[in-house]
Amino acid sequence: MYAFEYKKAASLDDAKQAFDSADDGTYMAGGMTLIPTLKQRLASPSDVIDLGSIADLGGITVDGDTVTIGAMTCHADVAASAEVKKAIPALAHLASLIGDPQVRNRGTIGGSIANNDPAADYPGALVGLGATVHTTTKTVSADEFFTGMFETALDEGELVTKVSFPIPESAAYQKFPNPASRYAVVGAFVAKTKDGIRVAITGAGPTVFRVPEMELALTASFTPEAIADNTVPADNLNGDLHATAEYRAHLIGVMAKRAVADCA
Amino acid sequence: MQISVKINGKQESGEVESRTLLVEFIRYQLGLTGTHVGCDTSQCGACTIHMNGKSVKACTLLAAQADGQDIQTIEGVAPADGPLHPMQEAFRDNHGLQCGFCTPGMIMSALAMVDRHKGEELDEQTIREELEGNLCRCTGYHGIVKAIAAGAKAMQGGA
Repeated sequence: MYAFEYKKAASLDDAKQAFDSADDGTYMAGGMTLIPTLKQRLASPSDVIDLGSIADLGGITVDGDTVTIGAMTCHADVAASAEVKKAIPALAHLASLIGDPQVRNRGTIGGSIANNDPAADYPGALVGLGATVHTTTKTVSADEFFTGMFETALDEGELVTKVSFPIPESAAYQKFPNPASRYAVVGAFVAKTKDGIRVAITGAGPTVFRVPEMELALTASFTPEAIADNTVPADNLNGDLHATAEYRAHLIGVMAKRAVADCA
Repeated sequence: MQISVKINGKQESGEVESRTLLVEFIRYQLGLTGTHVGCDTSQCGACTIHMNGKSVKACTLLAAQADGQDIQTIEGVAPADGPLHPMQEAFRDNHGLQCGFCTPGMIMSALAMVDRHKGEELDEQTIREELEGNLCRCTGYHGIVKAIAAGAKAMQGGA
């Protein structure tokens, strides 16, 4: 690791102040991506601003038809939450599939979505459920939050504070995990919501995306067979040592069908 | 910077750099070398410790993040001159180790697992799933899985 200045933020204001006064500061949530990145010297921030002590960024609340999760809530807490399991079991299930138990004890929802790794799981749930991201300066829909590979609608110094998920009629997440890292080679999140059917794919492209053709077909008939002929072209998908773009294109169909079967 | 932690029930403090890893602080400054560094890339779990009762990888935490926290390492699970912890005993009885390098991390993960599943029986599939974050290159895991099942039973008084 290159040397940096460690700062523990006591509040959101404190964090912003530390960020603004740093030459090239970075926020740290759980650190499950940042610390390995620092160790590989792939990043050299002047200041690392630890958000771990900010009290009001954690917690899960269910209010009417919405589940709200604080940005610093760790994956293990979402996976184990009786309230989440009852309201949106697919969301608790998704959280239980991230990394391993030790990583789930540290990694947070806010950190995951702010980083927007193409193979992260949470972007699938946010877009699949039509969630809303609350930040220190704005409220933005999940559809508009994830803008590209490791890119989001967050501006310089802006922080995610919480995410609210509308409770769907039914939802399911199916992923083909990388056998070593458990990152999604392809993950499909399918939900029947008040505003219609949503199909979100993570892991396959530069960032999470919806498949409108599948959503349309599923609106006509909510069965795995209804999307049997829908294919996503491999052109813009990720190809790497784990899977070719063509293989990922194939997996999208397989995972989406499995997710629909799980919903129905 | 100066940090202070409660480790295995004892208050300790030391001077660290911002970039000092928690596992470096534990091993090199506190001399508690039971916590191992295997991969140093948060995959193998040999550095697993408990922070505030939760299993975490000490190679992927800054020492500064542990300031003021409550830590338990393998040295804290049983008294140095007393009998082994039932989970350690179970690893010995069930061939849960060969070279032993991964064992401290395995034991810390096993104890966290028992804690997460309080009041339930730990079945083989659950144990295998929850060992996702710990690698062993010797045993092929069968002995470890058996050891954890037996250790969990012994801890619940049903050995």
